Amino acid sequence: MNLSKIEKNSFKKFRWYILWFLLPALIIYTVFMILPLFNSMRMSFYTGPGIVPKEFIGFGNYIKLFTQFPFNIRLSNALLNNIKLFIMVMFFQNLIGFFFAILITRKIKGTKFFRTLFFIPTALSVIVVGFIFSLILNPVWGIFDRLLEFIGFGAYITPWLGNPKTALVAIALVVAWHNIGIPVVFFTAAIDGISEDVLEAARIDGVSLSGEVRHIIFPLLKPTIGIVSILTFVGNFSEFEIVYSMTGISGSPEFATDIFGSLFYRTTFGTTMNVVSDVGLGAAIATIMFMIILIGVLFFLRIFKREV
Amino acid sequence: MNRNKDLKNYKHDLNYLNHSSSGRLRSNTGYVFTYIILIIQSLVIIYPIFLTITTSLKTNRQIFKNPFGMPTDFNLGNYIKLFEKANYVKYFLNSLIVSVSAILIILIVSSLASYALSKYKFFGNKFLSLYFLAGLMIPIRLGTINIMQIFQTMHLYNNLLSLIIIYSAMGIPAGILIFSGFMKEIPDELNDSGRVDGCSEFGIFRKIIVPLLGPAIVVVAVYNLIPIWNDFWFPMVLINNENLMTVPLATAKLFGQYETDYGIIFALLTSAAVPPMVLFITLSKYFVKGLTAGAVKG
Repeated sequence: MNLSKIEKNSFKKFRWYILWFLLPALIIYTVFMILPLFNSMRMSFYTGPGIVPKEFIGFGNYIKLFTQFPFNIRLSNALLNNIKLFIMVMFFQNLIGFFFAILITRKIKGTKFFRTLFFIPTALSVIVVGFIFSLILNPVWGIFDRLLEFIGFGAYITPWLGNPKTALVAIALVVAWHNIGIPVVFFTAAIDGISEDVLEAARIDGVSLSGEVRHIIFPLLKPTIGIVSILTFVGNFSEFEIVYSMTGISGSPEFATDIFGSLFYRTTFGTTMNVVSDVGLGAAIATIMFMIILIGVLFFLRIFKREV
Repeated sequence: MNRNKDLKNYKHDLNYLNHSSSGRLRSNTGYVFTYIILIIQSLVIIYPIFLTITTSLKTNRQIFKNPFGMPTDFNLGNYIKLFEKANYVKYFLNSLIVSVSAILIILIVSSLASYALSKYKFFGNKFLSLYFLAGLMIPIRLGTINIMQIFQTMHLYNNLLSLIIIYSAMGIPAGILIFSGFMKEIPDELNDSGRVDGCSEFGIFRKIIVPLLGPAIVVVAVYNLIPIWNDFWFPMVLINNENLMTVPLATAKLFGQYETDYGIIFALLTSAAVPPMVLFITLSKYFVKGLTAGAVKG
């Protein structure tokens, strides 16, 4: 029906006003978002000092990144840390958020209150969140350590952000604290959207809550799980601020919290210490990040495609 | 006889309804358990924020001696020091200028584009919609290098205008998604009635469509406000002038500067955290609508 409408109209004379409606958004979006993305990728084939590298070197930057020490080690380390971070956040934030959504959507009082409350941290700037938790976790003020002592876990105290074994886990937990409202909001909206009849029918048939979750809620929520996974994936693989505010741009301790975002920043802009900025090399890292994000998004779109 | 049966059925239904109104909860233990978990999680969410605010009202002595206690007197000394030493009002105004301008641009250009995309059938419509929506998945910071080059050539480096432009570009995809969804619900008969009355196409948009957009405008504005207000990345790479810093950038700079003075630091973090939080709590309904706009459509 719509198709015939399109065909009929497309034979009319060119309607300029449509272009005028579209043009402002199209120009701003294209010039400042899409073109910079591709132009930055183009920069990855150049080298040279300053903000506009001029000397064309083909895949030179990529060869350097993949084969030369220390670049190759840093790159694979950042990839590994990003994957670890993603898996931990999927667990701490999205899986736990899913269970909170199920609890909230049961017919209890205060559903709305909890929904808003769980979302409050998301309204805060990442760096504010990072700074707050870096203070809570640091051994100088030691508020978290005192809390552990109080409940009898004093023996486990370690400099949480200074210990390579715990730093990334701590960061993942803070990311989850910050963003748990996102899966909660998405999943509660989706569960609310499930027809009451379906759930009622299941209950009459005596399906248990776990059965209800596994056989009704989970399959119907597949598209939402896909969206939440994509948001988390894109967010994690372009994350920078949380590392900047909790452990610094060098990904300390011992690069245990160095992820793509911090590696990209360090390479592109240099550090106050001794790493010189290399815009071409930074562009190559950004391109690799883009490819990984693209592959990830397509992968999640494929496996969580709505089945109808 | 029949009547009796009906009555019996009715009673059964009533019984069933009463029973099912307790909903997905099957037992009292489940009920209590649910609440306990939700309350524990609420504490986990609230306590760090509560701690930040209360600590900002303590003296440095109290902060270390009695970290868990409440501030003994309502001590604003840290705030006075912060506002004396740093031009915090200025940073706040910068953030305000940038956010409000960017949101106005987003509202205007994305409502115009959405009107074309949702009300006219033309060649390339579907492609253009997808082209705009792709922006929802692309982190704009991956183009940072070229963005810096562009603003350097435009002589807009160290200029709030650069931030306004970037945030406008960043907000257009979500703006178009939300506005298009909303406009598709407006019946075409309204446009046609405008045409019959001799309105121009733009006149129809301005006089008929825009007055109906109220709720969508709020959703787009609120949904974009929080990420724009909170952004740290672009001020960090595009602004290098004390007088032009936005709140997140100033927070990072001052955090480094007063690292050892916990009182000032907590006053700083509270000042940065409270405005977006209050805004969010009052407007959360609209924010959530914006967030799930894409999900509902699938």
